[in-house]
Amino acid sequence: MDWMQIIAALALVMFIVVLLPRTRHMIKNSPKGTSSDWMSFVIPIAVVVLFIILLIKLV
Amino acid sequence: MNQNLSTVSQRSPSAIATNKVLRNTYMLLSLTLLFSGFTAAMSMMMNMPPMTYLISVIGAMVIAMFVLPRFANSPAGIGIVFLITGMLGFGLGPILTMYASLPNGGNIITLSLAGTGAIFMGLSAYVLTTRKDFSFLGGFLMVGFLLVLLAALANIFLQIPAMSLMISAVVIMIMSGFILHDTSRIIHGGETNYVLATIGLYMTIFNIFISLLQILGIMSNDD
Repeated sequence: MDWMQIIAALALVMFIVVLLPRTRHMIKNSPKGTSSDWMSFVIPIAVVVLFIILLIKLV
Repeated sequence: MNQNLSTVSQRSPSAIATNKVLRNTYMLLSLTLLFSGFTAAMSMMMNMPPMTYLISVIGAMVIAMFVLPRFANSPAGIGIVFLITGMLGFGLGPILTMYASLPNGGNIITLSLAGTGAIFMGLSAYVLTTRKDFSFLGGFLMVGFLLVLLAALANIFLQIPAMSLMISAVVIMIMSGFILHDTSRIIHGGETNYVLATIGLYMTIFNIFISLLQILGIMSNDD
């Protein structure tokens, strides 16, 4: 394992530690979505996935 | 009737402020993307070593997390945004040099760039036209992002190429979610600081571009 991997691992640990309180705060304070809200999220994400598959076919 | 007029007049200043935040965000985002392209080209011309990417990303993230929030409400915040995005662009140089040296490298870079632009513009247009509120996604996206960081940390030690591909695919989906969430926050008045809004959207674009490069790079070698 070279020093770049060690630095990358340490940086990721630091980001996780910094983001953890923000994640807890967002979980507590985010409003609950209805099934219709979740559908309005899932549909565009599915389109993005299909688009990436198209890009893979093109390359 | 009077009540309607009163409602319209009460909403107008807020709507104007929201449009101003949105316009300023897109303006600053365009300028920072151009600046990143410039620093990436500089880095490619200077033939920077691969470690530049790691150093630039860590430096930019540290500034974004600890320095930018203190200056977000002052003109210095704009300078810091350019510093962060310039550093990230500079870090991209060696990555782009590496992909450009592949047999199909030019095509991979062009498709990644076009794909990133299409995803960003498509999702932004979706939120701006439907005006749906995606604030409910906040906790879900942050948990997903933390799990991706944990998976990336594990893969530094495991070195599994399929896991790396999976992480890139999930990153694109999570960043797409963040585009919906952040844009909806701007148009619903949840984000009133265009400096912070710009850096959030820039990070999503940067992550989608890097992940697309990785996916297309791996998949083009599968033939």
